[in-house]
Amino acid sequence: MSEIHPTSELVEQKIETRADGSLRAYLRSIAAIVWKDLAAEFRSRELIGAMLVFAALVILIFNFALELDIRTREAVTSGVLWVTFAFAGTLGLNRSMAIEKDRGCLDGLLLAPVDRNAIYFGKAIGNLFFMLIVEAIILPMYSVLYNVNLFQPGLIFVILLGSIGYTAVGTLLASMAVQARTRDMLLPILLFPVLIPLLLAAVKASNGFLLGFEMAEIMPWINVMIAYDVIFIAVAFMVFDFIVEE
Amino acid sequence: MERTPKALVVLTWVTSAVFVVALYLVLFWAPQEAIMGDVQRVFYFHVAAGWVGALAFLVTAIVGGIYLARGEQRWDMIAVASVEIGIVFTFINIVTGSIWARPIWNTWWTWDPRLVTATIMLLIYIAYIMLRQGIEDPDRRARFGAVYGIVGFISVPLTFLSIRIFRTIHPIVVGSSDPTAQGAFDMTADMRVAFFFSLFTFTLIYITLLWHRLRLQNLMEKIEERKLTALSS
Repeated sequence: MSEIHPTSELVEQKIETRADGSLRAYLRSIAAIVWKDLAAEFRSRELIGAMLVFAALVILIFNFALELDIRTREAVTSGVLWVTFAFAGTLGLNRSMAIEKDRGCLDGLLLAPVDRNAIYFGKAIGNLFFMLIVEAIILPMYSVLYNVNLFQPGLIFVILLGSIGYTAVGTLLASMAVQARTRDMLLPILLFPVLIPLLLAAVKASNGFLLGFEMAEIMPWINVMIAYDVIFIAVAFMVFDFIVEE
Repeated sequence: MERTPKALVVLTWVTSAVFVVALYLVLFWAPQEAIMGDVQRVFYFHVAAGWVGALAFLVTAIVGGIYLARGEQRWDMIAVASVEIGIVFTFINIVTGSIWARPIWNTWWTWDPRLVTATIMLLIYIAYIMLRQGIEDPDRRARFGAVYGIVGFISVPLTFLSIRIFRTIHPIVVGSSDPTAQGAFDMTADMRVAFFFSLFTFTLIYITLLWHRLRLQNLMEKIEERKLTALSS
């Protein structure tokens, strides 16, 4: 017994270091993919620019369509914001996956000796970054244009939760849509019906914070969003392998 | 030419006979509802169609999972067949509901959680069909279909849940937030018989249609093969 014990301890230690090492490698490959996307974007500035201009246009159109005077504005602000984010988001998702597909980068990524889920998380986090950057510019713009204060911690938390869920599902579905013949058309059709619970909860929670509702009324929505985020990140983690398989 | 298997012929006839019995039970045998009158008779097939719709999409999600695990083509065939049937029955469910709601709620449509959820579910599976149409490679089509079938099915209860919270926080004035509130009734024993018999009938119809659809798919593939051999020779 006394002889076996130290050996098993040694084995355990070895396994531990290996698990630790592979986790670190996993995180490093995610970081590398995120970094690649960010670096490419900061050199070309294609994606964020297009998303921003598009988002600004959507807000402008809403201004005419809804005649955003002071009273209606209060009631519809959160709706306008989320529709804007959702539309601008599909633009970004489509583009971010299309670059990978068109120039054969996806095949390169798949050949790389990294876990396939790392590719998913890398792309999703990259998309989340783009989405957050666009939102960070749209929020002050909207605040100035319509004279509402959107900088409330609660609202920003809701936007963060919403964006996480949006990019988690969006990245998964976009990587399917780009491989189809009708890809640009397909993404919103696939994405929006699945997103409805998240968008509804996000609009309601944002509205609650903007109109100063009590937390008891906002909490159910936040819970729905957290549940949505957790469930779909888990599902995406399990099924992404099957989407990029060749 | 391949003949229809005997079991399928028998099943088709049995289903037809059962359907006639169900029609009789629903239209003549079940007592007239005291307040709503004959319109209430829509209810039997309405719920049965909704049940088949949900069952079909559940089957799609499950066989999608099996397909991803095993990679055998037949599971994918079941998934598509089931979605197609589910879309038709969900549509029947929504239309019959509208026909019932017009006299009872005095509107064709309200934004009730169940109505909205059924419609969104329909949209998800129409998107499923469109996704499949956009992909040529059969293997990839099957994989993507399975993934979307699972993702879509998981989102349906969340949609229902969130719309339900939406309605309980904001009561609506026109119509009713709760379908049991307006047009609710207690089933008598006879009604219950008609109701459960309709459920049974529609489940049988689902199985029969699924089988026919699978057979059709098999034949289509055989034709495709023959075409290829004819072209190559």
